[in-house]
Amino acid sequence: MTTFWFIVIAFLWTGYFVLEGFDFGVGALLPLLSRSEADRRQVLGTIGPVWDGNEVWLITAIGAMFAAFPAWYSGLLSGFYLAVFLVIAGLIVRGVGLEWRGKVHSRREIALCDAGIVVGSVLPAFLWGAIFGNLLFGTAPATVLGGALSLSVAVLHGAVFVALKTTGGVRARARRAALLAAVGALPMAIATLPSVPGRGPAWTLGTALLAASALAAGVTLVWGRREGWAFTATATAIAATTATVFGVLWTAPLPGLTLAEAASAPYTLTVLTWIGLFALPGVIAYQAWTYWVFRKRLTAGVH
Amino acid sequence: MDALDLARWQFGVTTVYHFLFVPLTIGLGVYVAGLQTAWHLTGKEHYLRLTKFFGKLFLINFAMGVVTGIVQEFQFGMNWSEYSTFVGDVFGAPLALEALLAFFLESTFLGLWIFGWDRLPRRIHLACLWAAVIGSNLSAYFILAANAWMKHPVGYEVVDGRARMTDLWAVLTNSTALAQVPHVVAASFVVAGGFVIAVAGYRILRERGLAVRPGRRNAPAVQDATVPMRRLPDMWRTSLRAALVMTAIAGAVVAGSGDLSGQLLREQQPMKLAAAEGLRHDTAGAPFSIAPGVEVPGLLSLLAAHDPGATVQGVDDIQARYEKAFGPADYIPNLPVVFWSFRVMIGFGMATVGLSVLGLWLTRRRRRGGTAKPVPGWFARLCVLALPLPAVAIISGWLLSEIGRQPWTVQGELMTAASVSPGVSLGEVAITLAVFTVLYGVLAVAEGVLLVRHVKAGPEVPPIESAPAGAAPARPDDARLTPTLMY
Repeated sequence: MTTFWFIVIAFLWTGYFVLEGFDFGVGALLPLLSRSEADRRQVLGTIGPVWDGNEVWLITAIGAMFAAFPAWYSGLLSGFYLAVFLVIAGLIVRGVGLEWRGKVHSRREIALCDAGIVVGSVLPAFLWGAIFGNLLFGTAPATVLGGALSLSVAVLHGAVFVALKTTGGVRARARRAALLAAVGALPMAIATLPSVPGRGPAWTLGTALLAASALAAGVTLVWGRREGWAFTATATAIAATTATVFGVLWTAPLPGLTLAEAASAPYTLTVLTWIGLFALPGVIAYQAWTYWVFRKRLTAGVH
Repeated sequence: MDALDLARWQFGVTTVYHFLFVPLTIGLGVYVAGLQTAWHLTGKEHYLRLTKFFGKLFLINFAMGVVTGIVQEFQFGMNWSEYSTFVGDVFGAPLALEALLAFFLESTFLGLWIFGWDRLPRRIHLACLWAAVIGSNLSAYFILAANAWMKHPVGYEVVDGRARMTDLWAVLTNSTALAQVPHVVAASFVVAGGFVIAVAGYRILRERGLAVRPGRRNAPAVQDATVPMRRLPDMWRTSLRAALVMTAIAGAVVAGSGDLSGQLLREQQPMKLAAAEGLRHDTAGAPFSIAPGVEVPGLLSLLAAHDPGATVQGVDDIQARYEKAFGPADYIPNLPVVFWSFRVMIGFGMATVGLSVLGLWLTRRRRRGGTAKPVPGWFARLCVLALPLPAVAIISGWLLSEIGRQPWTVQGELMTAASVSPGVSLGEVAITLAVFTVLYGVLAVAEGVLLVRHVKAGPEVPPIESAPAGAAPARPDDARLTPTLMY
């Protein structure tokens, strides 16, 4: 049961990083992909209907950790106190920026919202990587490398998403941005590969290799203008990276803490399992439906 | 001042802020969904205009509810790690269920509603709003069930210094929760009702060229001149009356469930009840002071036990009993805060409900075929001025509820002083407290400015001719529904 719930939580984090990963990338790239207000609306329109639902994956992952592994939840959040605080502050300014952008009047206020969106996308995208990098290796270089890797992969993922969801000038710029982001992301991803063997179970080497090759495939596919497949590849890369991270965390989710010590009693895990088994497929179904409803590419001036 | 004090301040500040916005989200969401349903059923255009107008106000406020809510999910672990480790097995479950069953529903379907005006069939689009609104109300249920467990822990046992859940059903049907959920949700409807009443009152004044302050006159705003005038008085009267009905009904539910909560207090949290009256000793036929010195004999016993002669325990006697049971400590919460928040809650809440009943009387239809009376100008002014009342009442209710629970985080099981994160320094809490307070303050002012601006501007004129060329509307009559709620 403990193992099962660890997998559930890894799954929720994977959902969060894959989905909000492109939200962060889109937010970070907002000023770089846009030449005009119409462009900016086109860029933000790609995530407009879905970003809030994507963020709930994080809330659910945190809530599930609280219920299933209370000591992990409290140890992680109090241990990474200031980093987690900055993540939250970022999510706050990003959220109000996105929601209020269409409801303010002056250019100055719109610029302020945009600043909130950019800062609130870059900060968490960097910090999540830094937090998990520090958790795995406990060294400053690993912290910085983890942050840089997660930020650059989020930017790549977001650029591919914009290229997939738009037409015209924004699409062309997004494609170029994706190729540029890959210049940063790919070497860093490959550089982290040798650190994996010996840390986690043997299969984590497989997922790490999968992550690196999916990233490389994604870049090749963007080059070839196959944006749908490129997005699939970057999503796979993020999912495989998350799987690797949680594979390594399996033995010790926090230094000096085992899963068994952190876990709730079997009764709690069992009832939550039954509720989750019914609810989670429903959530996935209606979120998938949302993406289907908004499947069309966005054209400048029409959104 | 130590890290514990600052952590408590942080929890208070972030939670009170959160709860300024959330009740409005809960109540206004239902109100907007009601308006859109009315439009769907009758096809009358003024319902659509009201839906979009209040929908925009709803969304401006919704953003703040969401972003201040993120902090809630994290801060138990950040500042209260000992508490989280002790209670996570029980307390974490409703939080996880809240995210899984309520937040996903709310955020996903609200996104569909905002962006789906011209992409979804009308019926589906309306259903999306209802799904989001149901999500908001469900989330209130789960978080209040978790909160109720802190006041009246049930369905658990303590093993190896940690609470272990033995019965989820008992946690979700805690008597405290079943009294508290209708109380808080209905109070949220009163807050939203008070908000709509103030907005409608303001629009009624403005469109008659009256100022909020008597004796002044305002020229109608320029934007208003382009709106067909003959429809407008009816439109605001409709929205005002709907809000008055909502507030009056919700007010009755608040009173009924509050009565139930009061009786549960006598059994479950006698200290909070005694503190709310400032009652020092166990008293038969305990009085209730409307203000210090103005006492109604036997009223507290009547409220707490439905028997004017019943005994109510007093603060000092409970202190002595708790020392015997739990060891020496100070078990008395901050008495003045608890005493006054109780009175402000009741007084301001009742004033809001009184306003709604008065309004319903003033705007009643005349019996025989007559037309409805116009809303009196003085009453419209009163509506605007009453805006803060329900918000102050609901916040006072939380102060009573949570400060009255001190010094416990979990009544009888865990003290607040033992709940705080041991590894988090004073400086760290000070930084986050300062930043959250400033950030929330700035954002609250910004939200206020945005709301006032949109209320002043009034509903947008439907841009009949200006639909962009590429956007083929689903139906010809949808052309003027060009979305106004998007980015």
